[in-house]
Amino acid sequence: MAGPRRSPLTRAGRWVIVLGFAALLAFPFYWMGITAFKQTGDLYNVEHNPFIFNAAPTLVHLKLLFEETLFLRWFWNTTLAGAAVVAITLVLAVPAAWALARLTGRWGQQLGIGIFLTYLVPPTLLFIPMSRVVAELGLQDTLWAIIVTYPTFTVPFSIWLLMGFFKAIPRDLEDAALVDGLTRFGAFVKLVIPISVSGILTVVIFSFTLVTQEFVYALTFISSAEHQTVGVGVPIYLVRGDVYYWGSLMAACLITSLPIAVVYNLFLDRFIAGFTVGAVK
Amino acid sequence: MAVTGAALERAAPRRRRRVSGATRLGVALFSPAVIYIAALLGLPLALAFLYSVGDVTVGSVGYGFVGLENFRSVLESPSFRRALANSFVFTIASQVVVIVCANALALALRDRFRGRGLVRFLVLLPWVAPISLGAIGWKWILDSIYSVVNWVLAQLHLVNLFDPPMWLGEPGLAMASVVAVHSWRMIPFSTVILLAGLTSIPKEIPEAAAVDGAGFWRTHFEITLPMMRPIINVAVLFGVVFTFTDMTVVYILTRGGPYDTTQVLPSLAFQTGVLGSDLAEGAAISMFLVPILVAVAALMLRVAHRAEVA
Repeated sequence: MAGPRRSPLTRAGRWVIVLGFAALLAFPFYWMGITAFKQTGDLYNVEHNPFIFNAAPTLVHLKLLFEETLFLRWFWNTTLAGAAVVAITLVLAVPAAWALARLTGRWGQQLGIGIFLTYLVPPTLLFIPMSRVVAELGLQDTLWAIIVTYPTFTVPFSIWLLMGFFKAIPRDLEDAALVDGLTRFGAFVKLVIPISVSGILTVVIFSFTLVTQEFVYALTFISSAEHQTVGVGVPIYLVRGDVYYWGSLMAACLITSLPIAVVYNLFLDRFIAGFTVGAVK
Repeated sequence: MAVTGAALERAAPRRRRRVSGATRLGVALFSPAVIYIAALLGLPLALAFLYSVGDVTVGSVGYGFVGLENFRSVLESPSFRRALANSFVFTIASQVVVIVCANALALALRDRFRGRGLVRFLVLLPWVAPISLGAIGWKWILDSIYSVVNWVLAQLHLVNLFDPPMWLGEPGLAMASVVAVHSWRMIPFSTVILLAGLTSIPKEIPEAAAVDGAGFWRTHFEITLPMMRPIINVAVLFGVVFTFTDMTVVYILTRGGPYDTTQVLPSLAFQTGVLGSDLAEGAAISMFLVPILVAVAALMLRVAHRAEVA
């Protein structure tokens, strides 16, 4: 137990805060779940208690979602784009991070900070000129538009995250490999990369989830529904004019959010460590 | 380094050459990333400046320099001034809510207790799930007719179910809703950052204060909070960037409406530059994000620098 001893009152206070926030923060996801399985008549009756099933649960919204919308297509697009962005990010960020952490001394550190700061440049500043760049490259309205542009924010953060990781590896290990006759680069490939698997995995998850999270670029660069990602396709194309198929819509939100949330949650501490390097030691 | 003095001396000339070889290898390894970032971030950034002082539209082929004409025209537009003011209201209001809530939540989550893992997962959901999908969930919760919020309020006899508040349809309420949903999204992130800061405070310090007779609140305000200053700064700086430059919540919940009362700079830039095809004015509007970003970057460097010195 850290800190001063707690009185029963502060203990109770803690539970009120914890449970209150947990309920408030997780509520929309509960709401997606219950909406996804409610019969339409039950959903649209203001007299009904909305928290419970007043009529038997139904799978009709799920059926509609999978059979009559492009949901699966968006899911597939997101997976494809995610895999490609992850690949580009790894190829660019892993060697760069190691070089900046190990080979270039103090100015490598400074360049690393500079690269990290580019992570702060938001898509909302660049989407207009970027749309012209995407058009010049002939990529508008294709998945390639986001595959090419997303590494601009996955690479800077990944470099920063991996720099911390590589610095934690004892230098002696690498020096020993040099004595054993490996080249610097050989030591990096055969020694450093294998012991950094968990850091690299963090980058994989981070880059992949960012592809599912990003909204502005996908909305701007991709104009036809069938090329869209799930994060834009669901909120934009499952709404027809003023008609919201809330049951299917909420099912889509939940089915997409939960797996991503579970995986991301496992690696969150690392991302936070990446964010706060330099501020907390 | 486990190298003896004599060995070091003998190796010195060779070492120097090896260092320069290592540097060359270093440059070769980080160049692709730097070139990629420079090309795909630097080039659009430069274009954004060019567009903001030019006359480009989606259909135009040439480029004419018009100086500060776009800035003059956006500054004169009431929608822009509204969006600029809204951006500040949106950012400041949600960051105040976030930092207060995140502090309370981080403090409550610090010690171990049964079910902490599950609570942590639930609490983090808004941050780790895609925001556009979280926001569409809120759109349903705040629906004009079938709002569950209104149903609860009606049960408590606080609102009339047949003339309920239109959360996303009335100016003041719409702004409050947008701020609330964005705060909902940001609280988990700030909480985890603050939690990292809390756990890095050596336990002896609050314990010593307790021995000296300081109560919970006194310890909190006079010891814990001051020690948390740098980490709170980090959380606020990221929060400001992520809020000032975000349009997802606004775009999904209200599209800037009703009557531009929730329009923020990024969503107005999107509406002008992409939907309205006026690239130049859209770019000029985006340019107003730059001073905030520069300020945050400068403050971030100061926080990092001070931590290094300490």
